[in-house]
Amino acid sequence: MNLCERLSRAALGLAVAAAALAAPLAQAADAGPIKIGLILPMTGQSASTGRQIEAAVKLWVAQNGNKVAGRQVEVILKDDGAVPDTTRRLAQELIVNDKVAVLAGFGITPTALATAPLGTQSKTPMVVMAAATSSITQASPYFIRTSFTLPQVTVSIADWAAKNGIKKAISLVADYGPGFDAEKFFDSQFRLDGGQVLDKLRTPLRSPDFAPVLQKVADAKPDALFVFLPSGQGATFMKQFAERGLDKSGVRLIATGDVTDDDQLADMGEVAIGVVNSHHYSAAHPSEANKKFVKAFEAANKFRPNFMAVGGYDGMRVIYKALEATKGEGGEKLLEAMKGQIFESPRGPVLIDAQTRDIVQDVYIRKVERVPAMGNQLYNVEFDVIKQVKDPGKAK
Amino acid sequence: MLTLLFDGVAYGMLLFVLAVGLAVTLGLMNFINLAHGAFAMAGGYITVLLMNRAGVPFLACLPLAFIGAGLLGAALEPTLYRRMYARPHLDQVLFSIGLVFMAVTAVDYVVGSMQQNIQVPAWLQGRFDIAWVGIGRYRLFIIVVCAVLALAMQWVLVRTRFGSRLRAAVDDPRVASGLGLNVNRIFLATFVVGSGLAGLGGALGAEVLGLDPSFPLKFMIYFLIVCAVGGTTTITGPLLAALLLGIADVMGKYYVPKLGAFIVYTLMILILLVRPQGLFARAGAAR
Amino acid sequence: MSAQASAALARDARWRGWELATLAALPVAWLLLPGQALILNEIAILALFALSLDLVLGYAGVVSLGHAAFFGLGAYTAALCAKLLTPDPWLGLAAAVGATALLGFLTSFLILRGSDLTRLMVTLGVALILYELANKLDWLTGGADGLQGVAMGPVLTPFGAFEFDIGGRVACAYSMALLVACLLLVRRLVHSPFGFSLQALRDNPVRAASIGLSVHARLIVAYTIGGAIGGVAGALLAQTNGFASLDVLDFHRSAEVLLVLVIGGTGYLYGGLFGAVAFKLLHDLLSAWTPQYWNFWIGVFLVVLVIVGRERLLRPWSWGRR
Repeated sequence: MNLCERLSRAALGLAVAAAALAAPLAQAADAGPIKIGLILPMTGQSASTGRQIEAAVKLWVAQNGNKVAGRQVEVILKDDGAVPDTTRRLAQELIVNDKVAVLAGFGITPTALATAPLGTQSKTPMVVMAAATSSITQASPYFIRTSFTLPQVTVSIADWAAKNGIKKAISLVADYGPGFDAEKFFDSQFRLDGGQVLDKLRTPLRSPDFAPVLQKVADAKPDALFVFLPSGQGATFMKQFAERGLDKSGVRLIATGDVTDDDQLADMGEVAIGVVNSHHYSAAHPSEANKKFVKAFEAANKFRPNFMAVGGYDGMRVIYKALEATKGEGGEKLLEAMKGQIFESPRGPVLIDAQTRDIVQDVYIRKVERVPAMGNQLYNVEFDVIKQVKDPGKAK
Repeated sequence: MLTLLFDGVAYGMLLFVLAVGLAVTLGLMNFINLAHGAFAMAGGYITVLLMNRAGVPFLACLPLAFIGAGLLGAALEPTLYRRMYARPHLDQVLFSIGLVFMAVTAVDYVVGSMQQNIQVPAWLQGRFDIAWVGIGRYRLFIIVVCAVLALAMQWVLVRTRFGSRLRAAVDDPRVASGLGLNVNRIFLATFVVGSGLAGLGGALGAEVLGLDPSFPLKFMIYFLIVCAVGGTTTITGPLLAALLLGIADVMGKYYVPKLGAFIVYTLMILILLVRPQGLFARAGAAR
Repeated sequence: MSAQASAALARDARWRGWELATLAALPVAWLLLPGQALILNEIAILALFALSLDLVLGYAGVVSLGHAAFFGLGAYTAALCAKLLTPDPWLGLAAAVGATALLGFLTSFLILRGSDLTRLMVTLGVALILYELANKLDWLTGGADGLQGVAMGPVLTPFGAFEFDIGGRVACAYSMALLVACLLLVRRLVHSPFGFSLQALRDNPVRAASIGLSVHARLIVAYTIGGAIGGVAGALLAQTNGFASLDVLDFHRSAEVLLVLVIGGTGYLYGGLFGAVAFKLLHDLLSAWTPQYWNFWIGVFLVVLVIVGRERLLRPWSWGRR
């Protein structure tokens, strides 16, 4: 390549650099409004999480206004694509350049863990609206969680299963961190209640083919198959489960609510009907608060809210109420004001534990049914509840 | 055990139909088309949308998926792909990656990023048991359809004039065009059929493999393995490679779940190490 | 070497004005843009990663879709070293270089034979295997949650010990210094008889072999060094972020670095740097404008870039001609 071309290339690079770098420099740091840094995966595999939470946050602001304690509130939304080092860089920029009072979002666990030391160092409260691994709240004293923990819902279904005639079970989880968590807690709770775990199976996270594992299940003939899969694989799994006639052979399908995610449930079809699962939120939860929430949500968006959305909605509630209490101040005071909040969420009664900063909530046992009163769509219909479940991952 | 074999064969046949277009394109035009999965995805989405939104029956959707993906190929080949044949492989890789990004995000934008589900007709659901083998009806359907296609392709290749022209063009395009064959037309026809087959594979696979916008990226590696291991000079090569891959994958996950995905990748690397031109390629072939 | 040959070499190795200007721009940027230290750090790391690929692709002609294997291995090695052995960044860096050079050496035997497709598959396969390994060995790597608890010690230099600050300025300086060091190293390498022989075998391996060049030996060396530098980039990422997750081995990293190198231009060393600057800022601009669909425009950009011709993009006067 000759000199002219190299110079052109260099000039192009530097011109782009100058143009783009000039832009953020032009914005001065504002002393007036309170800024909330919302980092969500808007692209990539977890994009539906970002979409749901963004919609919920917008709904909250539309319903509650954008003024708190006499000051303007600004939500700065950034896309991290669920890549942890991007999250970390965005969080750093939000803290250092935009001087946010609080960080929120965190679509998957590694993104929260990557940001932990930043929050601690800068004394910025971080509200976890989606990620579900127990250890997150222990990674930094500035974490508050409004989503759920996987152990919370896993021990609930294990408990229910043992007390409802299921003696032998097999667990099937996706081969990654949350899956290992689900497997561990299901195993310990189920055996504690006197049940027997015949086998612990795993499927690869990407391009799963359930044929081999379903064959193993068919061979072992348990009373129930406990499943944890990321939302998106649930439908394919249930179809193959039914295709092999396993549902007719007396093996009950139990799961955590991630498999029957409200976001996808309507499209899953007949195979989902009858699946018993445990989770902290159903769009069909029969409380007044939830009916209003779902109605407003569906009016503003073309999809129904799921547990991610309610995590975002409640996260905003926690932030707003805390800001009111501290009159707009951030830092440690804001964190203290977030701890110990008790309120009625669309999901039910909720408490932010003051010691663990984690969420304490009711976990419902639901069954998937067609609900004539709600457009004859599929919903998770609650029939049992375990009240005020603390995260068992911390009880140790 | 035999059920597993059956499942592996079904998976392998599906992979074959999906990847055969890529193998032929690679062998014929020496073009590494990483965007092949996008045609499969197109076929899958055509099926899903027609079935779910317009209520078109499943069996009717299959030829429509073939035609739709084929048309897409017919549109892209003369306009975009043809310019890239003579380019170095790096350019081709980048070009097709760019197309994949466009396809993936466009589908995400138009349809959304959720998994798509279809309901196959009742006579394809469930299974029946013969001796020790559980035969899933849908998988049997896949095997039958794909076997028919494989036989048809082999017949076309070996028994028809088009087939012999195609083989000539694969062996040496310059001499072929020197003999008066319209190589461009052959390329176009092959590309269209290859893309159509991918679309058909995507439609068949929607039920078994799942369908979402990241489909081309997730399965690209498998298509490439089929081509690399099977070689690109025959139909039977990719067929055997796909079957091998499908069976190894399924068996591996049953018997050695801890190793799971390793088996496939390691097997591929070992095969390529020993025979870089592919396991089933004809010795002395040009590539 | 004849006098002519050494003169030709010396001429080629002379420092051009624009090279010096580019290298000087790095510390100047660090000084003048303290608020952008974080993105400058990312750019430096990406540029280093692209430089390592340039050696493998631009100079040795090996098309690799799995270069993230080195990046990821470097990142995990440095992170584990900091967590388990010593928080000193330099030692972590050394450990990363050792590990990735070894990986490069071992896997270089896989890419010696075969067509471009074979090499593509093999490099991709190696990266995928490493990804699965990292996923499986979650007791060591933290699995999908990522490796935390990586607390880096201060960077010891002759000018004093500098702790990594939250503003990212120390991290940025550290990465830039390593970028410059590797640039100088690779520059020395390619402007030497070895470097020329690499280009010869990139352009025509059969001919190169026929004049007596040992093609295999050269490929092995080039691939090993390229891998080691990729490992440095990965180690920098882990050290400046204090965190390593499975994402460092993911396919999108390999694809991204390929893009970056192509945007900047292969085969002249600085393509990685220019490409990294242009790509990162293009990414930021596009995702600020369309947070969900910026990938689409990257795809369009790629297709246009390749159709127009990678070299012709920066020669607008040639667009009118065929």
